Parts: sequence; structure tokens; C-alpha cells
Amino acid sequence: MAHILLKDLRKSYAGQEVIHGITMDIPNGEFVVIVGPSGCGKSTLLRMVAGLEGISAGTIEIDGRVVNDLEPRQRDIAMVFQNYALYPHMSVRENMAYGLKIAKMPKAEIDAAVTRAAKMLELEPYLDRKPRALSGGQRQRVAMGRALVRTPSAFLLDEPLSNLDAKLRVQMRMQIKDMHLNTGQTTLYVTHDQVEAMTLADRLIVMNKGIADQIATPHEVYETPATEFVAGFIGSPAMNIFTVTAEAGMAVLPGGHRLPLPGLAAHGKVRLGLRPEDLEIVDASTAAIPVVLRSIEWLGADAFGYGMIDGSDALVTLRLAGSTGAKRGDRVHVAPKEGRLHLFSAESGKRM
Amino acid sequence: MRRTVFPNKVLPWVLLAPQLAITLIFFYWPAAQAFRQSVLREDPFGLSSKYVGLENFRKVFADPAYLNAMQVTVVFSLLVAFFALGIALFLAVQVEKLVRGKGFYRTMMIWPYAVAPAIAGMLWLFMFNPSFGTLAYPLRLMGIDWNPLLNGDQAMALVVAAATWKQISYNFLFFVAGLQAIPRSLLEAAAIDGANRRHAFWTIVFPLLAPTTFFLLVVNTVYALFDTFGIIHAVTSGGPGKSTETLVYKVYNDGFVNLIMGSSAAQSVILMVIVIALTAFQFRFIEKRVHYG
Ligand SMILES: Nc1ncnc2c1ncn2[C@@H]1O[C@H](COP(=O)(O)OP(=O)(O)O)[C@@H](O)[C@H]1O
Ligand SMILES: [Mg+2]
Repeated sequence: MAHILLKDLRKSYAGQEVIHGITMDIPNGEFVVIVGPSGCGKSTLLRMVAGLEGISAGTIEIDGRVVNDLEPRQRDIAMVFQNYALYPHMSVRENMAYGLKIAKMPKAEIDAAVTRAAKMLELEPYLDRKPRALSGGQRQRVAMGRALVRTPSAFLLDEPLSNLDAKLRVQMRMQIKDMHLNTGQTTLYVTHDQVEAMTLADRLIVMNKGIADQIATPHEVYETPATEFVAGFIGSPAMNIFTVTAEAGMAVLPGGHRLPLPGLAAHGKVRLGLRPEDLEIVDASTAAIPVVLRSIEWLGADAFGYGMIDGSDALVTLRLAGSTGAKRGDRVHVAPKEGRLHLFSAESGKRM
Repeated sequence: MRRTVFPNKVLPWVLLAPQLAITLIFFYWPAAQAFRQSVLREDPFGLSSKYVGLENFRKVFADPAYLNAMQVTVVFSLLVAFFALGIALFLAVQVEKLVRGKGFYRTMMIWPYAVAPAIAGMLWLFMFNPSFGTLAYPLRLMGIDWNPLLNGDQAMALVVAAATWKQISYNFLFFVAGLQAIPRSLLEAAAIDGANRRHAFWTIVFPLLAPTTFFLLVVNTVYALFDTFGIIHAVTSGGPGKSTETLVYKVYNDGFVNLIMGSSAAQSVILMVIVIALTAFQFRFIEKRVHYG
């Protein structure tokens, strides 16, 4: 059980700052996912909480205690590494018991804890095997087990599923969610996969080049992205974003189409975001955007249409019903749903 | 595997000839000579010899001086292997901890390896000779009755130190490579599991270095047995008494100094058997050594 508080946390390597001041209050029991593209500083942030990286500026508090200068072992956390970091010369049982032995837990209790974790993770048949004799999924579960047996106050995971195949990933994702519901441990989970992020998180930190662009629930992040980066990163297929000229009640789209948008104030050049599912095919009218479809991806219930705004090279993605009659080469008209548009500053990328 | 076919039948042999000649002249021929002489008795002037079967071997094994040499060799080899491995591992671990200057220290650590054994021996002799040694004087000031020319244990300590010093570089390089092959995340996982540095070293690093350590143990034993002649020759010449006379040094002493050819040859044959056994052992276990991962 832990309440984690990050205050203006910064990290520099050789004078180069890679984490630019992150502040966040993580209440006890929350599942927080740190998500962002590769190299944005997710692992660095997690490793600072774990105590594996020094802190250049700012503070980390766990349960009201500043832990900046504490060794990892003094922070009462457990971590699952991306490459699992299993001890290759120890059996699965020894791997899981390692931390408990150090904590001088009585042998009978160690056995009980390991057996319990092994049962939960379906690792019982493999307890006496060495990690090299296990499959990727089994190794991943051992890494989870090693963290679980210690019942730490916080649980840190760095892309724990990224080395698994798609099917296992979904399975393990659900298992991790269940585990969190059962144990109620404060969890920090790093991933670059937005599906994992959206499905697991109570709250997300969307990171962009060392900055937390948005810290919010998955729903808020999806509905009201704080920056153009977040808007483009979360959601699949990605949000359509165009540079438009905002006039009073009207946006001038690429290709010169004038789209009436009641309530829009004159801003000059802005970035307009529209999610694919928020664009509906309508009858031709001056209030609709003409789109020339270049391809249709039919997925069954849904279909994705990819095209360009007529007379421009601005790409548009549409989410269509599986029963759509639209074909490649068609010229269709689409209109945004009421109140579903996102405006971002062309300079700062911030939501307006 | 691909077979290489040379169009020219003669050229390959010409190219191989120098290497083959060297091996034949400097290895097989003396080895054959040693075998031949080990079953002959020869007078010191080499004028006459007669076949005596295994008589020389019997004599060698009955000779208390030979058994003494064997004991000296075992003690010497164990000490050299133990200290050379222990100190090298300690230094490698310390250098790995450095943030800055790793490369500098690594380079400096390699230098002793480039020193010839006899020179290394002279170096230690100059430092520890009881009459003119630079460090002998402070030792005596500290109340130690330092005289390796009279005290056998001190003489042994001196040759062990010299032989160890020279071998540390080699072991150091292998340990550094071995340490670098251990993924950092394992130590991080151990740190999170609550292990302090010392505990992590003995439970993670040391076991994972076992293949390297085992390989070096064999190499160091072979080194202490056979490559330390120059050091012993320069520092103690096997003395005082016979307290630092190893098996190899005794072969030289009996054959080249005392000219007891038959016995010396028999001893070299025994040494040859030991080398072959060690090499076979090394191939058998090291080639199949434990691989993790
Ligand atoms: N030990 C290091 N030394 C220098 N730069 C580093 C180090 N570790 C990470 N970085 C840099 O910090 C940034 C963030 O890295 P990281 O946290 O690993 O990203 P992520 O996990 O999001 O992919 C990257 O630009 C990376 O190059
Ligand atoms: Mg990472």
C-alpha cells in the first residue's frame, strides 16, 4: 500500500535534460500507466521511482517519506523488467524466493508464498526448471511471480508484455488487471501500446519528449486530449488533424472548403482535430467536406476508409459501418458530429 | 562444413612447412629424445648409455627430493592460482564500479602481462633482496626478520608474489569480460529484491562468473606449473635448500646442472603426462562448460 508523490521530477544525463519536471499525486491503490513513444523517458521515470536512477531535481515521496536518497531495497517496491531479468542460474522457485530469503522470512512461509504465487500464475509444473527451459510467456509469469510474492507496497512494470505474441499479450493484460483488482496495490505500468494503456489504467500519464503532456483518466485523455500530440497518439486509427484558418463560425479547410462551425471564434491558423468515428457520411451540401476515397479496409463490423479532402493532399480517415457501400475511388461527403471537434494552437499544440 | 580445395598440390605444403618444421624440431624431436633417454642410463659425459627399462622412473618416485618438489609445486600452484584469481577478480569488480577512467585502469592493468617472467622475477628480487632490496629495509624496520635467502617460507612467498603479480593481468582481462557479459538488469533486479552489493555479488555475480573462473583456474594452474621457471630461476634458483624447487625447476637442475640425464628425462616425461592430462581435462570440461541464458 503506497501513496506516491512526484514533485517537479527532473532527470539529466551529462547536462542533457530528458525528464522535464513531472508532478503527480498517485493515491494508494491506483493503477497508473505511463504511455508514450519510444525514447520519451518512460523507463527513466519508472527507474527513478524504483531507485535505479538518480534524481537530478525534484522529489519522490512514498507514504509521506522522501525517498530520493534511499536505495531500491529501502523503498519497498517490486519491479518487472522488460527483459524479465530472471536469475539464469536459479530455478523458478529460487528466483521467486530470492527476495524473501533476503528478507529473512521463515522457510515455511517462503514455500507457502511461492506456492501461492505459482498457483495463481499457473507455474506449478515449472518450479524446478531453470529460466532457459521456459517459453517467453512462462518467463514473463515468473517475473510477475517474483514481484508478487513480496507483497510490496508498490508494483512497477516496464513494458512487461512487449516481448510476447499478440494473443498472450491480451491474456496477460487481463491477468494483470485481475491481479490489481485482487491485491489493490499501487501500480506504475510503462507501455508504448495505447491499447494496453487505455484498458489497464485508472489514470494515464501521456509522455512526450520528457514532458507529461496530460495526466488524466483514459476517458478524459480520449475525449479531451490536452495537446495535439496526445490527440494524435491516443486512438486508433489516429485522429485526423488539419491546419485550418479559423474565421468566425467558419473554418477554411485544405482545398479551400469552407466548413460552417457554429461558435468558432476567429483565431487565424489553428489545428483542427476530428476523430474518424466523428465523421459521418452525409448528402452533398455546402456544410460537408468532400472526400475522395483511396482505399477501404473492411474489418467485419467496421470498415476504415482512407482518402483525401478533394482538391488537396490532406489525408482523412473515416470509420464506416461494415455495411457501407462506399468503394475505392468514390467521392463522398462527410460532416463532423455536433460538438466533437478538437482545436489546438498551431504554435504550442495546446488544446484551445 | 565447406571443404577448401587448393588447385596447387605443392603450395599448401610449402606454406605449412615452416610451422611444421618448428613443431617437429622444437617439440616432437625433444619429446622423442626425452622418451628415449628416460629408459637409458647415460654417463655424465654422454659417452656411453645402456637400456634400463623403467628403472629411472622407479628411482624418481623413490627420491625424497622429487616428492619434495612435488609438494612444493602443489603448494606453489595452489597459492598462485588462488591469489592471482582472487586479486584479479577483486580488481575487476572495483574497476567495473568506476564511472570515469575505466579504460585507463584497464590499460594499466594489462601492462604486467607484457613483462617477461625473468624480468618480473628480477623486479621482485630488486624490491625484496635482503641486502639491497628497496622494500626489504622497511620490512625489517617493521620488525620482520626478512631474509628469503635463508628462510624457505619467505622465499616461497616471494616467488608466489612475483608469479601472481604477472598473472593478475591475464585473469583481470577475462574477469572484466565476464563481468560485462552479466546483464545489468540482473543486478538491478537483485537490488530491488533487497540484496545489498555484497550479497548480490556472492549470489548473482560470482555464480554467473563460474565458467570464467573455472577456465582461469585451469589456465593458472598450467601457468604456475610450467611458465614460472623464469621467475623461480631469477629470484631463488629453487632455494634456499630446495624449498622453492618445483617439478619443472628440478628437471632443469637435474638435467642441465647435475647432468643426471636419465632421471631428468624421466621427470620430463612425467611432466608431459601431467600437461596432457590437464589439457584433456580442460577440453572436456571447458568446451562443455555451463552456458546460461
Ligand atoms: N544512461 C543513459 N545515458 C544517457 N541518456 C540516456 C540514458 N538512459 C536513457 N537515456 C536517454 O533518455 C531518454 C529516455 O529514455 P527512456 O526512458 O529509456 O525512454 P523510453 O523508456 O520511453 O523508451 C532517451 O532519449 C535516452 O536516449
Ligand atoms: Mg523503455
